[in-house]
Amino acid sequence: MSDAQTLLTAHQLAAGYHVGGRPVTIAGPLSVSIQAGRMICLLGPNGAGKSTLMRTLSGLQPALEGSIDILGDRGASLHSPSRLARKISLVLTDPVRHSNLTVYSMVALGRYPYSGWLGTLHEEDKRIVAWAMAMTGIEAYAERKMGTLSDGERQKVMLARALAQDTPLMMLDEPTAHLDLPSRIQLMQLLHKLARTTQKGILLSTHELDLALQVADEVWLLQKAGGRLEKGAPEDLVLNGTFEAVFDKEGIHFDKNTGSFNIHAGSSKKIALTGDDPAIFWTRRALQREGFEVTSEGLPSIHADGTGWTLKTTSARQVFATITALLKALSALTISNEDKSETPGGEGKTTS
Amino acid sequence: MMNKKHMTWRWIALCTLLMLIFFLDIAIGPVRIPLKSVLRIILSLPGEDSTVHYIIGQIRIPKACTAVIAGCGLSVSGLQMQTLFRNPLAEPSVLGVTAGASLGVAAIMLGGGSIVTLYTIRELGISGSWLITLAGCIGAAGIMLLVILISRKVRDNMMMLIIGVMVSTATLAIISVWQYFSDAELIKDYLLWTFGSLGGVTGTQLYILGAVTLAGLILSFLSSKMLDALLLGENYARSMGVTIHRARVIIICSTSLLAGSITAFCGPIGFVGIAVPQMARSIFSTSSHRILIPACCLLGTGLILLCDLIGQWPGNQTALPINIITALVGAPMVVWIILGKNNLSIYG
Repeated sequence: MSDAQTLLTAHQLAAGYHVGGRPVTIAGPLSVSIQAGRMICLLGPNGAGKSTLMRTLSGLQPALEGSIDILGDRGASLHSPSRLARKISLVLTDPVRHSNLTVYSMVALGRYPYSGWLGTLHEEDKRIVAWAMAMTGIEAYAERKMGTLSDGERQKVMLARALAQDTPLMMLDEPTAHLDLPSRIQLMQLLHKLARTTQKGILLSTHELDLALQVADEVWLLQKAGGRLEKGAPEDLVLNGTFEAVFDKEGIHFDKNTGSFNIHAGSSKKIALTGDDPAIFWTRRALQREGFEVTSEGLPSIHADGTGWTLKTTSARQVFATITALLKALSALTISNEDKSETPGGEGKTTS
Repeated sequence: MMNKKHMTWRWIALCTLLMLIFFLDIAIGPVRIPLKSVLRIILSLPGEDSTVHYIIGQIRIPKACTAVIAGCGLSVSGLQMQTLFRNPLAEPSVLGVTAGASLGVAAIMLGGGSIVTLYTIRELGISGSWLITLAGCIGAAGIMLLVILISRKVRDNMMMLIIGVMVSTATLAIISVWQYFSDAELIKDYLLWTFGSLGGVTGTQLYILGAVTLAGLILSFLSSKMLDALLLGENYARSMGVTIHRARVIIICSTSLLAGSITAFCGPIGFVGIAVPQMARSIFSTSSHRILIPACCLLGTGLILLCDLIGQWPGNQTALPINIITALVGAPMVVWIILGKNNLSIYG
């Protein structure tokens, strides 16, 4: 990993805009680098400046402060689009729906930096276009028009176009937005595979935390306040609490154990859960959805062993065959508890 | 990757049709001339009397040539603007380029006072022709630059169109104010010019118009690769190596040369710039400018010649101004294209 070629280095970089002549920093100052063959996910809440940072790193907009080095190019040579076009390819959120542009000609546009005066493609160009289409699995609709594609298909075509540009670096701004879950997973896996097989450095911004945690070699976490950026292996960021710090909002809680967000955290309803995988995993999900805070010991408790669910309370012990039945019983239990706590003097009855 | 044979046939059919219309345009006019005589003159065979020779050689052929030049220039400038603004409704007359050219021409015609009228300018020969071409092109470029400057602040296509229409209206209003304070004689000249006319461009003027238009077309064709990249929007184009500022300057130059010079000589001719690129996209089913630019030239030429033919329908003693015909033919065509193909959504 350490001997991998460094493709991009940013030093003390501040990304932002000029508003009325005054620079307004949105992200940074930050120092990052991208190595060949690594897939990096840029995460952060809405408005943290992911797109701005990405636009700055890719040379679409000038940095407010600091320096960027892209494969030896820095300073003024970064302002030459034709040089940059051979180093970074982009997949943007800009809409492209030209009904008359076929998938093939869209991918072929990726050869722009290499093709001749009038955009004529040589044998080599055609070979790379075919390869890009094969890698993304879009050969079947080469002749279809962009306007007739689904969002998932269109995103693959834009990825193929970027691949055809044949650059060591690839940056994707929210490539999984508007896609359904299978397409999202497919795209992320494809990107991961591409990073490994083609030794490209891939940077993508996304809101898909679960997916990013699974496939990213490195995660950059951009914080909303102050534009600070935390980076590292996703697992490290989870364990050292950075994830929680960045994403915690009122009513939402990042669960280190599962790597996902809980919506109903902070509830007063506690329940203990023991058992075996995978039953325990799905039981926990169901309980969290119902607003329980799941602990490892105490009462009431549930034991899930794959054949059934045993609910133990102070007074009783019941066995359920399904989670549905279990949840039904639990809601009856909590309702009766709440009823009692709301009635004056109810406290006494429960303890007796 | 379109079926090559199929495409070739379309090109051949289009070219044949075009030659036929070109011939008809020369053959038909207020003065009846037998087809045989027309053919003889075109083929430079001797034996026709000098009046017929004059009508064909000095009036009808230059007019048909002007129609060809105007058809190519206006439709290609429309195509370029549609790509640059990523808006299928962009064209020189919508976004104010024609109005800009009119302002340039008005500045010469009205500003020159009673000494210089369009016809006296034409009498000036080469220098006068250059003067009016230059004025038209500068006016067109100025307004286009203004629209582009505004467009950098506005991302929305619809907003851009509205702004273009406003710029156009404001420019025309300036001309109106100017007219208000001008002599009646000058205003009459100017008004005649605004109706648009393919006639009257002869000799040196035709060569100048042809040369300027050719320069614009070559510039446009050479930038077809860049225009293809701009279809994806400026960010993508830049990421593929297009220098956006340079691209804008090139497109402004060629559009101003094309729309500016044609407007200067033929008056403001609308709708060709919208309708023809749409037709070209539908017929040739492509977005590649390498194909669309020649296709626009052929279709644009055909459309203008056809409009000219309609304008001087046999039996009509006076020809209707071309501007009126293109509006009458063009407007329903645009509506039909929008309804039939919902092409409006293609620029997303």
